[in-house]
Amino acid sequence: MEDRMLRIIDNDGNVIRPDLFPDISDDTVAEAWKAMFFERVADEMAVSFQRQGRMFTYPPNKGQEAIHIAAGEVIRENDWLVPAFREVGVMLAKGVSMKEIFLYYNGNEQGSNFKNAPRVLPINVPIGTQLPHAVGIGYSIKYRKEPDVVFTYIGDGGTSEGDFSEALNFAGVWQVPVVFTIQNNQYAISVPVSTQTRSLNLAVKSIAFGIPGIKVDGNDFFAMYLAYQQASEHARTGKGPVLIEAVTYRCGAHTTSDDPTRYRTREEEEKWKLSDPLLRLKMYMEKRGIWRVNEDELSECYKKEVEKQFVEAENVGYSLEEVFEYNYAEMPDDLRRQKEEYQQFLLWKGNRK
Amino acid sequence: MSVMTMVQAINNALDIKLAEDKRVVVYGEDVGVVGGVFRVTEGLQKKYGVERVFDSPLAESAIVGTGLGMALSGLRPVVEMQFEGFSYPAFNQIISNVSRMHNRSRGRFKVPMVIRFPYGGGINAIEHHSESPESLYSHIPGLKVVIPSTPHDAKGLLISAIESDDPVIFMEPKRIYRAIKQEVSTEKFTIPIGKASLLAEGSDVTVVAFGAMVRECQRAMVMAKEAGISVELIDLRTIYPIDRETIRNSLRKTGRLVVVAEAQRSFSVGSELIAIANEEAFLYLEAPPRRVMGFDTIIPLAQGEKYFMITPEKIFYEIEKTVNF
Repeated sequence: MEDRMLRIIDNDGNVIRPDLFPDISDDTVAEAWKAMFFERVADEMAVSFQRQGRMFTYPPNKGQEAIHIAAGEVIRENDWLVPAFREVGVMLAKGVSMKEIFLYYNGNEQGSNFKNAPRVLPINVPIGTQLPHAVGIGYSIKYRKEPDVVFTYIGDGGTSEGDFSEALNFAGVWQVPVVFTIQNNQYAISVPVSTQTRSLNLAVKSIAFGIPGIKVDGNDFFAMYLAYQQASEHARTGKGPVLIEAVTYRCGAHTTSDDPTRYRTREEEEKWKLSDPLLRLKMYMEKRGIWRVNEDELSECYKKEVEKQFVEAENVGYSLEEVFEYNYAEMPDDLRRQKEEYQQFLLWKGNRK
Repeated sequence: MSVMTMVQAINNALDIKLAEDKRVVVYGEDVGVVGGVFRVTEGLQKKYGVERVFDSPLAESAIVGTGLGMALSGLRPVVEMQFEGFSYPAFNQIISNVSRMHNRSRGRFKVPMVIRFPYGGGINAIEHHSESPESLYSHIPGLKVVIPSTPHDAKGLLISAIESDDPVIFMEPKRIYRAIKQEVSTEKFTIPIGKASLLAEGSDVTVVAFGAMVRECQRAMVMAKEAGISVELIDLRTIYPIDRETIRNSLRKTGRLVVVAEAQRSFSVGSELIAIANEEAFLYLEAPPRRVMGFDTIIPLAQGEKYFMITPEKIFYEIEKTVNF
């Protein structure tokens, strides 16, 4: 078997597969670049808020924007998104706000209570456990004969978890409308893909489950767009699930607690910079004569927007009620009693000072 | 002697056992090249090679399951779950296989393995990184559950755990991984599993704690002393097998019990200690035993921890209530 990867533009933005170039308008391309740029700006600001001590741990998305925004362009309003934790751009495209993302990483559960994204599940930190949920949602869609698709995400490390194989197997057996994306960003914290698997690549894992799989250059917006268009069409028309391996690079740390200099080289990082998804798409747009962005101005505008949302998130409080309110649909008496006892302690504490 | 944090003391214990016992292997997610996300295994791969200290694929169930296979075929694996919240994918291996192999095989197979993981809240961590599941594991027959509260104890207890022929769940209070520094012997020493430590003698009330809560109790004791209350402080060190004798002797002296732990209070180590108080010292009790423990809720994300985490003030409040009953 051959290890092949779908690529439509090269690192300099030249179209190398005109035969496969997707049906997409120049305006959509321009919007997509802006969406990728917004994700990049917001993500870099999130890291800097963390560095300033204004936010807790955060997992950076930098370098993976083409995957997210290509999905964002294809995913429909009624489609579901079942995320892992490094898909900020897809979440934004589905209506999640940066304010909510900030709330979550600032340690407030309200950050998972998406106001404008009813079909987006909360960020999922335990590795791989979200995939079976996506398959279950796919079953509901099929059961009700609805035309929706579930988009779900996992990393390269996550493919080693049992839940990955179990979910793909169920999806294959049930023929449910789920598009699985493996964001192969080369590392599970410090552990490289070569330590995870001896498989030729991650896409071929689909063969064992009888579902189609494709390996795609995840830093090539057009390749990802085409893959998502065809995969979602396949799923939407009742032909079952698809597995996409999106090959990319985690430019930042695993989270702000991690230090990549301990396990990878500067040379490797520099090499991947050459295929930066924003740069490649920009070069394509320049060559096609549709580049009209003033990056500095746009950056300032986005920074203001992100800053505004961050401050809004910072100003959300956290009451004692929040700890108790949502553990059950119907609060047991015992919990109510525990809350009252604690309120008595707070009274005592207040009087003591 | 050398001044060590708990991270360094655990590293030192692993170093000593790797050096003296060729059967010991150490593995898990990120434990090899970078030496663990908390650097607990730092430098060990370099010193002992990739055959003995290594990164595994990302699959907790298989990490524990392969560990069992190694343990029953002559090795002594020390495996790491990266965080307590990621030990649950391995729960089936632990409860269905690891804990039962000795009993099922009528002793034909021993299971000398250690499953280590950081646990507990109070560090503003992300979701699933702040839990205290000691009662889940203590409830399983066949397992020993050990929780150190100081660098010294961590070293001595971990060496005992690696030398134990039974599987040991070794829970490390991440909140005090680096917060406490202490003189620790660089030589090999052990601390027996199953023995609590009497940290302070007192006459009015027995306070039982373990892990990161021991330090909070010591702070509460200062407040209690100012209020004229004499506290006897017991650090359990081992959750199971629990040291009944130390608890019994203390309760028969003080007649009052306050249990301090971060975990949800119901069906917990606190519940068990109150049962022991009833069984061992019923006629000596002068006040209802109390639990200073987490609410029976999911531990909130970082912003809500201010309500959930046990503070010295909360411990003192409950001590005073118990003494003034």
